[in-house]
Amino acid sequence: MLTLRNVDIHYGRVHAVRRVSLHVAPGEIVALIGANGAGKTTLLSAISGVERVSGGEIEFDGKRIEAEKPERIVRLGLSHVPERRLVFGPLSVADNLLLGAYTKFRRREVAADLDEIYAMFPVLRERRDQQAAALSGGEQQMLAIGRALMARPRCLLLDEPGMGLAPQVCKEIFRHVSTLRRDKGLTVLLVEQNAKSALAVADRGYVLETGRVLLSGTSEELLANHDVRRAYLGREKDN
Amino acid sequence: MFAGAPQYLVSGLTQGAAYGLIGLGFTMIFNTTGIINFAQGEFVMLGGMLSVCLLGAGLPLPLAIVLACLATAAIGGLMERLAIRPIAGAPAVNAVIITIGVSILLRGGAMLAFGKDTHALPAFSGTAPILALGAAIQPQSLWVLAVTLALLAALKLFFTATIQGKAMLACSCQKKAASLVGISVARMALLSFAISGLIGATAGAILAPITMTAYDVGMMLGLKGFAACILGGLGNPFGAAAGGLVLGVLESFGAGFIASGYKDAFAFVVLLLLLFVKPSGLFGKAGVERV
Ligand SMILES: Nc1ncnc2c1ncn2[C@@H]1O[C@H](COP(=O)(O)OP(=O)(O)OP(=O)(O)O)[C@@H](O)[C@H]1O
Ligand SMILES: [Mg+2]
Repeated sequence: MLTLRNVDIHYGRVHAVRRVSLHVAPGEIVALIGANGAGKTTLLSAISGVERVSGGEIEFDGKRIEAEKPERIVRLGLSHVPERRLVFGPLSVADNLLLGAYTKFRRREVAADLDEIYAMFPVLRERRDQQAAALSGGEQQMLAIGRALMARPRCLLLDEPGMGLAPQVCKEIFRHVSTLRRDKGLTVLLVEQNAKSALAVADRGYVLETGRVLLSGTSEELLANHDVRRAYLGREKDN
Repeated sequence: MFAGAPQYLVSGLTQGAAYGLIGLGFTMIFNTTGIINFAQGEFVMLGGMLSVCLLGAGLPLPLAIVLACLATAAIGGLMERLAIRPIAGAPAVNAVIITIGVSILLRGGAMLAFGKDTHALPAFSGTAPILALGAAIQPQSLWVLAVTLALLAALKLFFTATIQGKAMLACSCQKKAASLVGISVARMALLSFAISGLIGATAGAILAPITMTAYDVGMMLGLKGFAACILGGLGNPFGAAAGGLVLGVLESFGAGFIASGYKDAFAFVVLLLLLFVKPSGLFGKAGVERV
């Protein structure tokens, strides 16, 4: 469904992503793990079109998208929940969700989708008239995911949905991700620093280090891998 | 000594409403693009001058004004498309300098097209003053206030009840997320320039019967509008409108009670004082930050 071939991304002279190839099959949850500055966010941004690749190909549903604008890519069915959530702070929760459906014209469908999001995250319904900026971190994450789902994507890019959240909240969000895949066949590319919880929901994973794919394999393989354990799982025991 | 006060208040509010509209134009563009558009005053000039010109060509006054405003909106849109978008991604300062260039171009073009004469547009509904509250109110003053209120209400509706209005707000607070939900940030920038053109031209057209218009009125009106939106807290559209009213009234009282020769200076003295005391503007939240 989503295929990257030899993708390079530069910020000026910084070579942030180096010849990365990866693929995500329909209905799969794939984790992308790596330390700070490994290039995870950069890679997702290039897929959703907010950063440009300097080389390589990105293919979604058989179409090349590496030169497309973000507003076009959403319309193809690929939504991106950005790092740090980036909710529209001054706007209400309901308006944030409504804007998620900016690409959708059938108003009745939008109302039904809105109900579905509220059913998934009841707290959003309770707070629908509040400013998004007034929500807690976990609620903002739910809002950011809800907003992305309002576009009815077939593939979702999630950038560190657990960042700064209590483990309990984080778990709840991952549970929703699994449910979405099970019920809707949603395909997910999930970025996380917390390798353990990411690999717990994912089928497969890629380990990114300084812009390169260092390792890839099924979640079990990665969890059992000595390097992964030392680099990404050991550290979690310390904190 | 204060006998003239009601009269000054009315003329101050009238003038101030126009400043407010001009300030609103600045705010629209600033919020969506981060650019201070120094051609805003030229939009105001075009509203007045195009109305005069179309009226001279034989069109009825209301039609002339509507067409002048729409034409200016189109010029605003074109300005974004031809002068601002090509340097997308460059620092906002570059774009601001381009807007100064566009303002010089529009002023020069207007001088060539319309000449250097000063023109007045006829008042919309006569000039027989209405006596009320110790002041003689020109019917045109009521037009200015009414049109200003109507535009404010329309904008409020645009931002709270339409998806495009909300999308524009989304662009101003969070560009990256806005494009991720499918909003074309470039198109919103174009829309904001067009709406600013429309608002500016409207201010120019409703003010032209009172203060006259010429190819070069844009500079001073633009500065006053800019002062209004700084006064109201840059980025707050309704603050800009209120800032305009405050500025207009201060100016009018200053000119009436102190010295009319310094009329234009009051605005800037007040602005400088305010910036020292409360840099975020009268209605701005203290320490508000923009990203
Ligand atoms: N806008 C930018 N301009 C310049 N360099 C950037 C920019 N964004 C990221 N970088 C650099 O690109 C590299 C990859 O950054 P990226 O944000 O993709 O990492 P990440 O894996 O998402 O890290 P984190 O886990 O901290 O979010 C880093 O070296 C970073 O400094
Ligand atoms: Mg990141």
